[in-house]
Amino acid sequence: MSTLSLPQDESRQLVPPPGALPDPPGATTLAPATPTTASTTSTTDASTTRWEDLKVVPARHPGRWIATAGVAVLLAMVVSSLVTNPKWEWSIVAQYLTWPSVLNGLWGTIRLTAVAAVVGFGLGTVLALMRLSRSPLLQAVSSAYTWVFRSVPLILQLLLWYNLAYLYPTLSLGIPFGPGFLEFGTLDVIDKFGAAILGLGLSQAAYSSEIVRAGILSVDQGQHEAAASLGIPRSRQTLRIVLPQAMRTIVPTSVNEIIGLVKGTSVVYVLAYGELFYTIGVIYGRNQRVVPLLMVAAIWYLVITTVLTVAQYYVERHYAKGAVRTLPPTPVQRVRWTLQVAWSRVTGRPAPAHLPPAYAARAAVGRSHLLRTATSDRTTGGAA
Amino acid sequence: MTATTTAAAASTAAGSTTASPAKGLVEVRGVHKSYGTLEVLAGIDLEVRPGEVTVILGPSGSGKSTLLRVINHLEKVDRGFIAVDGDLIGYSRKGDTLSELKEKEILVQRTRIGFVFQSFNLFPHLTALENVVEAPVSAQGRDRAEVEAEGRELLARVGLADKADARPRQLSGGQQQRVAIARALAMRPRVLLFDEPTSALDPELVGEVLDVIKGLAHGGTTLVVVTHEIGFAREVADTVVFMDAGRIVEQGPPAQVLDAPRHDRTKAFLDKVL
Repeated sequence: MSTLSLPQDESRQLVPPPGALPDPPGATTLAPATPTTASTTSTTDASTTRWEDLKVVPARHPGRWIATAGVAVLLAMVVSSLVTNPKWEWSIVAQYLTWPSVLNGLWGTIRLTAVAAVVGFGLGTVLALMRLSRSPLLQAVSSAYTWVFRSVPLILQLLLWYNLAYLYPTLSLGIPFGPGFLEFGTLDVIDKFGAAILGLGLSQAAYSSEIVRAGILSVDQGQHEAAASLGIPRSRQTLRIVLPQAMRTIVPTSVNEIIGLVKGTSVVYVLAYGELFYTIGVIYGRNQRVVPLLMVAAIWYLVITTVLTVAQYYVERHYAKGAVRTLPPTPVQRVRWTLQVAWSRVTGRPAPAHLPPAYAARAAVGRSHLLRTATSDRTTGGAA
Repeated sequence: MTATTTAAAASTAAGSTTASPAKGLVEVRGVHKSYGTLEVLAGIDLEVRPGEVTVILGPSGSGKSTLLRVINHLEKVDRGFIAVDGDLIGYSRKGDTLSELKEKEILVQRTRIGFVFQSFNLFPHLTALENVVEAPVSAQGRDRAEVEAEGRELLARVGLADKADARPRQLSGGQQQRVAIARALAMRPRVLLFDEPTSALDPELVGEVLDVIKGLAHGGTTLVVVTHEIGFAREVADTVVFMDAGRIVEQGPPAQVLDAPRHDRTKAFLDKVL
């Protein structure tokens, strides 16, 4: 008799009936261990606890914390070595950063980049339209151009253009195969700057043409058809309908190319043209402060690239107009909103009403999930 | 054989211009069109009378859309002729000589023929109003301010007065298609072609677009509508054309084609659709 009753007692102890134990306050979200009692317990819970009162514990990410700490240590090591190693000679860097001849060289780099980019993308667009035209000759010429100028190294092209006067001592304007009206000495027209622009611009055109062509091909065929069905003139179709939409694909790769061009101008030192890299070389050749002067150049290249990157963001945003429902916030807006969120979390004051929902939700973190949106709604209502 | 058809087509086309100042008469004569070895249009003869509503029905791949596209010269025909109000599409006629038109002149011809696409094809980077205004200004050289006023009226007519400054991506499918209709109307076309205008829409939104098209019916513009909406065809069409395998199987008033089809192919199709 007793042997029969024992296991029953044990089982009763292992699985207590609902209500036998007092519910701990934090355990309401967890389903009870036994499936047989699940339905009854959860219904009583739902009726007795308000979900709004539940506490939310955010997920912990220890791996992420360890990685962050590791990277922080590495960063600190880099910064400390930059500061403590006297061989960087930061005082000399500061001295030469705004040296007149360095600024002159910087201007040379900017000028080369700007003109070569205009030549490159202007000619590149023409080449792209030729490639997409229906004339086989135009297509072939465009393809051949791209083939040749992508194949020959830039440095070789630059030296060739600079030596053009050897091949053709004079250049003349006139009727093809006929008499000429105007004649120039080649060296007068193609000086160092001219040769640099020809080399950089013409090779850039080969790359740009492919970028522009890719952009045009990315525009939906329906857009061409809609424009054609409305009878919009051909040039207008390209400029008003197709290119603005192609710009979305063209801009990111183009800025890539222009940044490449900024640094590509340093190759022009082979022509002894006074751009940034050549100027720096001349200076450290004289005073032997090689590393600090290279840092001067690096800093200026960083500055130019930063400016271009910021410009890229705004240009991309401009051309995103038709492609997204709402434009992404500008970096300035993003910083302002993040600060406002941080302020409201530190002070405990409600976040400003104009914050977009994603930021308002972040401001309300730590309060209950269900209350979060409700709170941000309430603050919006209260402030308005 | 071909020569006689050609001559007949040319004379009919010429005859109609002299006989009456028809507005929106579409004549299709012996049109063939192939993509590679696939014959999409295998000899189409069709006459759409000015101001009427013609609905083209048929299974997928029967050549309905291609027929619309050749009327607007978005596709070139291999054989045969198409004329709108006696003007041969894609050609200019001088005596007995037909010269192929340059693209520029084809663009001018197209301004008389509106086209509404299945996938709307609104210009996504322009607002609704800019979409409507673009072509009348750049293709017809009309005054921008005047066209803008008219554009707003047209948007109001399709029920979108408050969406003039919205971009297509901010509109629902039905709203986009209504803007596309307003855009086509802004050109004051004589013929308006609809290529399955409701096929890309949620069932809920089909009605609002069909209502706009109904509102245009018998308002002076000739409408040719490719659709699968049999109810719409029954209610609005003057003529229903049933196509299969690149040919017109039968055509006539809706009561005849839809309710008492003479061909088994039409019957089989309608049984499936209805």
